Order: sequence, then structure tokens, then C-alpha cells
Amino acid sequence: MKLYCLSGHPTLPCNVLKFKSTTIMLDCALDTTSVLNYLPLPLVHSPRLSKLPGWISKDGTINLEKKELLDLSTIDVILISNYHCMMALPYITEHTGFTGTVYATEPTLQIGRYATAHLMQLSFYSSNPEMNNFYHNNMKVTLYTFMSAFRLMTNLNIMIKNQEVVGFFLELFGAVQISPLSSGYSLGSSNWIIQSHHEKVSYVSGSSLLTTHPQPMDQSSLKNSDVLILTGLTQMPTANPDGMLGEFCSNLAMTIRAGGNVLVPCYSSGVIYDLLECLYQFIDSANLGTTPFYFISPVANSSLEFSQIFAEWLCHNKQTKVYLPEPPFPHAELIQTNKLKHYPSIHGDFSSDFKQPCVVFTGHPSLRFGDVVHFMELWGKSNLNTIIFTEPDFSYLDALAPYQPLAMKCVYCPIDTRLNFHQVSKLLKEVQPLHVVCPDQYTQPPPSQSHRSDLMLELQPPPMPYRRCSVLNLPFRRCYERVYILPELANSLVPSELKPGVSVANVSAILHSKDNKHTLQVTAPAPPSKKRKRVVEEPPVGGAPKPLLSGAVPLEPFLATLQKHGITEVKVEETTDGHILHLQAEDTLIQLEEDGTHIVCDNNEPLRTTIRDLVLRFLQKL
Amino acid sequence: MPEIKVTPLGAGQDVGRSCILVSIGGKNIMLDCGMHMGYNDDRRFPDFSYITQNGRLTDFLDCVIISHFHLDHCGALPYMSEMVGYDGPIYMTHPTKAICPILLEDFRKITVDKKGETNFFTSQMIKDCMKKVVPLNLHQTVQVDDELELKAYYAGHVLGAAMVLIKVGSESVVYTGDYNMTPDRHLGAAWIDKCRPDILISESTYATTIRDSKRCRERDFLKKVHESIERGGKVLIPVFALGRAQELCILLETFWERMNLKAPIYFSTGLTEKANHYYKLFITWTNQKIRKTFVQRNMFEFKHIKAFDRSYADNPGPMVVFATPGMLHAGQSLQIFKKWAGNEKNMVIMPGYCVQGTIGHKILNGQRKLEMEGRSTLDVKLQVEYMSFSAHADAKGIMQLIRMAEPRNMLLVHGEALKMEFLKGKIEQEFNIDCYMPANGETITVSTNPSVPVDISLNLLKREMALGGPLPDPKKPRTMHGTLIMKENSMKLVSSEQALKELGLNEHQLRFTCRVQLQDPHSDLDTLHRIYTHLKSLLKGYTIQHVPDGTVMVESIVIKVSSSAEDPNNKVLLLSWSYQDEDLGSFLSSLLKKGLPSGLC
Repeated sequence: MKLYCLSGHPTLPCNVLKFKSTTIMLDCALDTTSVLNYLPLPLVHSPRLSKLPGWISKDGTINLEKKELLDLSTIDVILISNYHCMMALPYITEHTGFTGTVYATEPTLQIGRYATAHLMQLSFYSSNPEMNNFYHNNMKVTLYTFMSAFRLMTNLNIMIKNQEVVGFFLELFGAVQISPLSSGYSLGSSNWIIQSHHEKVSYVSGSSLLTTHPQPMDQSSLKNSDVLILTGLTQMPTANPDGMLGEFCSNLAMTIRAGGNVLVPCYSSGVIYDLLECLYQFIDSANLGTTPFYFISPVANSSLEFSQIFAEWLCHNKQTKVYLPEPPFPHAELIQTNKLKHYPSIHGDFSSDFKQPCVVFTGHPSLRFGDVVHFMELWGKSNLNTIIFTEPDFSYLDALAPYQPLAMKCVYCPIDTRLNFHQVSKLLKEVQPLHVVCPDQYTQPPPSQSHRSDLMLELQPPPMPYRRCSVLNLPFRRCYERVYILPELANSLVPSELKPGVSVANVSAILHSKDNKHTLQVTAPAPPSKKRKRVVEEPPVGGAPKPLLSGAVPLEPFLATLQKHGITEVKVEETTDGHILHLQAEDTLIQLEEDGTHIVCDNNEPLRTTIRDLVLRFLQKL
Repeated sequence: MPEIKVTPLGAGQDVGRSCILVSIGGKNIMLDCGMHMGYNDDRRFPDFSYITQNGRLTDFLDCVIISHFHLDHCGALPYMSEMVGYDGPIYMTHPTKAICPILLEDFRKITVDKKGETNFFTSQMIKDCMKKVVPLNLHQTVQVDDELELKAYYAGHVLGAAMVLIKVGSESVVYTGDYNMTPDRHLGAAWIDKCRPDILISESTYATTIRDSKRCRERDFLKKVHESIERGGKVLIPVFALGRAQELCILLETFWERMNLKAPIYFSTGLTEKANHYYKLFITWTNQKIRKTFVQRNMFEFKHIKAFDRSYADNPGPMVVFATPGMLHAGQSLQIFKKWAGNEKNMVIMPGYCVQGTIGHKILNGQRKLEMEGRSTLDVKLQVEYMSFSAHADAKGIMQLIRMAEPRNMLLVHGEALKMEFLKGKIEQEFNIDCYMPANGETITVSTNPSVPVDISLNLLKREMALGGPLPDPKKPRTMHGTLIMKENSMKLVSSEQALKELGLNEHQLRFTCRVQLQDPHSDLDTLHRIYTHLKSLLKGYTIQHVPDGTVMVESIVIKVSSSAEDPNNKVLLLSWSYQDEDLGSFLSSLLKKGLPSGLC
């Protein structure tokens, strides 16, 4: 069993597992951090921005170019754990000759479809050649690919329409079963179990133990794993999400009260649901009832609508609301009461409705493209306004760099609900996998806080670290496989008890292997030979081989048995290892030893077979 | 031999109060727990005393499964769990869990508040009962305990309707509940994988019907409604709040829009708005088209359909009213029916099946004078139309499902005996499987023949597969040999050598040595070579070696030659073999006793 690691980014994983002759890709994330290497794409030409020198940065890492590691067309299935981890899917499905199937839970698929389409639309917003370059050169994903992403996602939807629900078991080629487990991180997010009858690999990616909107994480099903692949821990191990949420609210209220505007660069689903829910409770107590909240994204409407229809994937509280029936998320009420308005873009209706001071949620969180660029230009110069970063994926200083000098206030409250090191150690103690595989980064403290030995994984035995392009041999020996004994054969077996509780039976059967399923059937009776007469002349063919023997032949009972069969004249001679029995009348020797019996008998086949059978009586046959 | 037992307490050769007991692999499962619309006495509920005479059922049932929210499938649930007593898990899908308590409460109100019955379950009992519910997701495998597992499939009959696969070890039963094999305006078609259950328990409401296309029926329906409206009549459509109602609403809504009609459409209040809300929130359970377009336009937000008020029934002019319940046995639909029955301009359209004993059933059978409570009679003058819109599979659909699931046995419930008989014949003929149709209280026993799962050592399996080639050859089946070790709960099939090792046993070597006298006027070496040539020509397919140290090996049998001191022509052959080569050794010794043929060089 091997693991090919195609991504070195711990929260944007892409690994390929080879297990029992199936090739399974685990997540297919696109590292977009290199977008920070580019200048923002403003709505209208900005002389200031265009005069900036090219922003040279650290080398951007690219996920998927390491083709030589393995042939991506051999991948049988792709398992997606959450919608952040599927952005590179169009590349795989369009450019690698991939012919397999992609599996994801329904919410992941629906929301991921919009998120991918969103990224695509945002990046084409001003059809800047530089942006195309970004995809073209840096990501090896062509324009065409992204254009077709949406269409593809539609196809995917059809492909998996009957296998989309968390908790299902799916069999791949009869060899392995895969099943998603709720991971508690986002709507429909899942971890995956890949198992056969005897081996179990757990893939943990982006999980959360906090009580937010998704269904709680299923921890117990991770137990008894042989290997646990751990990715997607929090990127903000030192920031407490609850504290950040509080800070978010208070900064927002402060700015509004002072007459300023608040800009929240964010993705169009995920944490925004929690932000809106938090604001729903906060608005009245903070006297923000009249402040307009705008959510601007080409997929804002879909995102808000879709969040309401996946009750099965929500936490218990939200589920019970649906039974009433009420929408599970309170943003429905915010929309109904006109406190929250959503627009596909800043064009059209928004420009006429726009009132200040206000709160705007829009993307992209990198501040490089999307409507957020416009608001940066609009509000950046006033120190009344505030920008609040909540997404942890991008360094906020890098994101703001091209906009400097900036008068607007800047607050950084990254909210990352994924597991932190403390939680993950506790989890691993609980589920006790035999081996843990994790990104290299988790085995040492973060470079910026090298003294924090609590910000790393310490396990016994130590985890197996991987880097981008590593190929790991997982320490795993398969010893058994499931086989089914058909009833007819089962009935014909004769078990004998070796010791209390342990029985054995000899099995001679025909093995049928089809679709990786093995069954044992009774052997067909040999067809009656036509050459019966010559049978004596024929050497023996086939037939069941003789069983192995075990045990020892005890002297006294054996002598008694011999006597019973008319063999009385026996001279017993003691040797170092046992006894030699001399059957004087028949001139035959039987050598009895602890681990062997030797019968020396000439010219008397009937006698030989009799003695043989008598000896066999005392031995166990296996 | 293991057996599966099936006993219907309700819905055996009948429609109504579905309740089927299944015993499989030592587990007892109750499938549905419904009430009968046609009765108002004890016969309304299944006879739970069949399970036990004294009280609570918890010890006798491992779980209860509810297929969908119709009262003939869940109406007796609070009675069973709270009044008879059952504390185990009750499984149903999310939409069923959401809607079922509302319908139960509605049913309770009609029975207790309107009819004044006592000794009936209370609102609190419904709530307590629902606390025992465990929600099921589609295609999710749920472990009830270590052995019993359930899996739900989409059934299409109403929102949240499910078919359930019940599995213990390698034995399995599928219960379909009510299902529909053709997608309609708001729901998709039932689907199941090739799970090859031992028994498929299927409803058979439309066992003998093969319905014409949905489109024709829809056109008929719209035509009738339209005609009636044109001549100023009122149209009553008795429906259950959830299910057909939404389908017909979508149908009328689009028709009104297209034809620009002005006559009002009402939907009896209460449940309706709520019902539509459920459809909005559980949109993932509707069909592809609705799911795809719901962001732009939610099909369950109706423009033309307004809430009904009791006073509207007396308004002049044409109107269409959807009213509950669907079989005209009580409630608002019955009240409106009484008001409108006397006018031949009016029309009642029954869009679904009506259980015996209900007014719906009576008027569909052509009865024109109805006896009402209080000895009064009601003359039925209005037009009575029947449109089969209820979403049950027809004969074609049932056959289609059998083809999908490939069951080993078939069992029909939820249908009328005569019709079942007909379908049973067809199934037995077409699929060559046994088909049963037990009456209520009658037990069907089906013996199963499960194969035994065993763990085979990979070494043995791989060795065997390598020898047998990539594909099994049906003409030359290879026999595999191994030892099955049975220890506590595990069964392992390993090679004999490994078995010895695993069990910590020493191998006992059994050897045989046999001297054969032979007259052969040659040197010892030549004799040996002659033996080699002789055996080589005789034994095809065996490995025979002439080893330089003066032995001939046939497989692992050793043959040595020596000559006696007195007579050099008198050779003594020494054969030695182990028990594993017994057959060959024995053969060789008797062969060589016959001497060597003279023609050998």
C-alpha cells in the first residue's frame, strides 16, 4: 500500500492512495495562495495600481504539476472531503485522461460547484490578461478548463446522484468499501473510511469539534484504523474562534457607530453562515437594526438558498427547526426583514439600493479580484472605515500590500474552526490508530513560533511525515481476505476438535474469483472414466493431497491396537529418540519417534496399509 | 437451516393498517404501524396482542421501521409505543419524522375532539413517541445493533417515502412501503440496487392495473376541471395534505397560468401552508427538475392557490377546492362534499385510492344515496370522477422493481386478495421465484441458505490464483486444499503448513520404506537408469529426476538400487516415500515389483 503526496499544503491536500489494486485520490485542492503574487484587478483602470512595480514574492507552489509521480489517468475514484478541496477537479477531469468517478456528499458537491464557478467568474471579471496568465502558467489549468468547470460539475452531479449521502457504503470493484463520515467542519464536509474486511484506512481532512452549523464530527467510526491520514488542521492554532467572533462583532459595531463602513472579504459559503447567525443575535442588542448588510457574490443567492435545504447535514438544533417547519438558518429571517440583502454583483440593483454606512460581505478574500477590489478603492482612504479579515487562507498583510498606504482600519480575526493540536491529540488518543500519516509541517512547531512545542503532533509511535512529492510505503501487511463458503460445501465439512474451543476441518474446494469476490464450491465429482479397466496401470492423478499429520503415536496404546488386529509378535526396542517395533512374523519394522513414524515393510502391501491406517488413528490430520 | 418469518398484522391481503412482523437471523422487526381508515373500532389498529399477551413490546422487538407518513402506515405508532408500550428505536426518514407527528395530531383531533372518542392517544403521547425516532438518511447504512443493519432507498411515493433493506449477516429482506416507479411532477422514481434480498415485501395496490401515461391522465384531469369551471360548477378535490395535493397544485397552477383562468383555487387551511413549507425545506427529496430550478423559482410557492375559509364554500360562482382528508371519511372535505353534493353542476374528483367503508369508496362504486350520521340520507347528484393519481407502482412498476432487486422470494402485501392472486401468478411465471401473499395473522416461513464468510490467508489465495491463472477455467476446475481453523468467533482458512504453525503443533512425519527384489542383469547404475527411462515413459506429468548421487526421484519419492553380494543380478530397490506421496509411492512399489520391461535400454 502506497501513498503518493501531490500537495505539500497541509490544508489543501491532494494525496493518492493505492490500496488493494484500487487507486484512490483523496481530495483535489488547488493552492491559490500564489494569487497574492499578482496585482489587484480593479473595476476601472487605476493609474496608481498600474504604476506599482510587479510584486515579486516567494516562489508560488503549484499543486498538480508533478505528473511524473504517477499517471493520473490511472486514478479510479476521487473522494472529496469538503468544497474547499475540490477546486482542481476540472484539471484532473479534463486534462489527465481520468475516466473514474468523483464522490462527494451532496452539499459538498452543490456548494463546491458554486464555489468553483465563483472563483472562475471572479477571475474573469475584468478579463485581464494577467489573470489568465495566473491560471495558464502558474496552475497549469487553462482558461478552457475553468470555463468548462461548471458544465463538468453538472455532469458530476449526474454521475453521483445515487451515492451522495453521508453514511452510505460504497463498494469499489468488490475490493474496498468507502464511506464518508461527518467531519463537522462545513455543510456536508466529510472524512472518509476506506476499508476491506481486514484493513481500514481513515482519511481525516478538515474536521471540527466546535458546535457550529454542521452535523457533529463522527469520531467513533475512526476507531480501529490501521492507518489514519491526517490533514487539514487549523491554520490558526493560537486563535480561538469564539474570541475572534466576539472581536468581529465588537469591531463591526464600533465602526458603524462611528459612521464608518465595514468590509468583510470572505468566501460565499462556510464561515459566512456563522457570521450571519452571530450577527442575527447581535444586531438588536447592538442597535444595528437599521444598518444595511450586503452580501455581494455571483453565487450569494444560491449559497443562501442551498444552506437551507440540507437539514440532514446540520447539527441537531438546526434539524429540529426544520421539523417545525422553519428554515434552519436565521439568515432567512434577516433577508425577510430586509436587514440582509444579497446581490450578484455591484452592478444593477445594488448601485441604487446602496446606502452608507453599511456592512459588505464580498470576495475574493485575497483582495486581488472580485468586487472587494472596488470597495478597497472606495473605502481605503477613510479612517472611519474598517476591513475585517475572517478567512485564514491568506496572509492579510500580503493581501493589503498593494493598497498601501491605507487609511482604513484593519482588523484581523481569522476564524478557523478546524481541529487544533490539542484537540487532535485527544482525538488520536481516543481512536488509537496503529499509524498516523500527516504533512511534514505538523511534526514540528511553526517556523514563526519555534519555541511552541505544543503546536505540533507528538505521538507514539511518531507520525509518518510527508512532503510534496513524497511516496510513502504504508506499514501495512495484508494477511487475510474474505472468502465465502457456499452452503453445500459448508454442510460437507467435517470439523474435528483439536482442543476446547478450537476445531479444524480440511477443505478441498473449487475457488471461484469474480469481481474480487471469492467463493468456495464443492468439487465436482470426477466424470466416470471410460478406461476403467486400465485404471490399475494408470498412475494416480489429482485427488486430494494427503493432509499434514501432527501429534505422536503413543507406544502402549499402539501395541494394544496392533494386537487387536492380530499382530502379536512384536519386539520392542528402545532407542534414543523412541522405539523400534520389530514385527517378527512379518519381518517388518516400525520406528516410532516423537515427530515421526517410519514403516519399513517389504512385499506385503496389505500389511503396510493396515499399519498405516492404525498409525493414522493416533495422529491429527490438517 | 436458517429461516426468515413474515407475519402481517395488517395489510395482509388488505389495504390499510400496514403492520408486518419480520423475524430474521434472531431479530424481530416491525415494518410500519398503521391504522385502518375503514374502521372506527378496535379493528382500526393492528392486533398487537399477537406479539405478546402481556403488555409491553420492547422485549419482543428489535426495531420498528416506518416507511412513510401516511396514516395507514404510521397511524397506530403512538398507540403501539405509548399505550401498548415500546421503548426501542423507531426508524424513519427526516421528512417522515417532520411530517408524521403533524398528521398524527390531526388524526387525534378529528377522532377525539370531533367524534368525542376517549381512550385514544394524547398529544403528549405523540411527542413522547417521536422522541424514540431515529432519523434515516438515504443510502446510509445504519447499525441497529452489532448484527442488524438497515439501509433506506428512495421510494418516490410521497415526500420522504423510503424502501428499507434489512440485513442480518448474509440474510436480507427488502420492504418497499408504498412506492412509485414513474417520476411525477414533484417526486422522482423509486430506485434500488441489485441487492438480491431473500424476500422482497412489496405493496400491490395496483396489482392488476397498467396505467396509461401520466400525461394522458393529467390532460383528462385538467379537461374535467376546466369543463366544470366553464359551466359554473364547483370542483372538490379531496386530498391528503401532503403528497398528491402538491402534485395537483403544481399542475393546476401551471394550467391557470397558461390559460389565464380567473376562477379561484383554494386549499383547505391548516396543514397546507405548512405542507408547502416542508416541501421547500426538504427539496432534496423531490425530483431533479425541481431541485435544479429551486434557487430561481421555488415550485412550491403558488400564485393562484389561496387559503380556504369555511365561508367560501357558499360563495357563488365556480371554484376549485382542495380539501383534506382524501377519502371523504371525515373533516373538511366531507363537510364541503355534503354542501355541494346536491348540485349536478358540481364535481368531485377522487385523485387516489379509497379504503373500503369510506364515503369515497362508496361513491366511487356508484352509490347515489348515502346514509349519514343521525339516520339522515344524502343524495349524491354531483359528478363523481376518479383519477388515479396516487403514486403507487402499477403491475409494470412492480415487475420492474423485481428486476432491479432480483429477490429470491416475493411477498405481496397492501393490496386486495383477488388482484394479488393474479399478480402472484404473473411473478411466479415470469421470474420463476416463489411468491407469497399471507393474510393477516398468517406466517410465511422462507428458509435461506446463506454462505459462510471465512477469512482466507492471502498466501493461500494468491498461490491458488497464480496456479489457476487469471480467469477460472470452467472446463478444468482446480481444487484448492486448505485447513479451516475455527476458533471462538473467527474462521480462518489457511494452508495446512500454516495451520500447524498457527496451532503450535509439530508436524509428524510418516514415512514408508519398501524393498523390491528385481532380476536385472546389468550394473547397478544401468539398472537405475533403466528404471529412470521406464518411469519417464510411464509417468507423464510427474517430475522425475536422475540425481547424480545414485538415486531416482519421482516427486519426493526416493529410489535407490543395490545388488546382493551373492547374486549381482539380483537387485534390491529401496523405495522410500512420505505419507503425502502415499498414492504414488504405493503405485510405484507395485509397479516395480512387476519388473522392468525387456525392451528398455
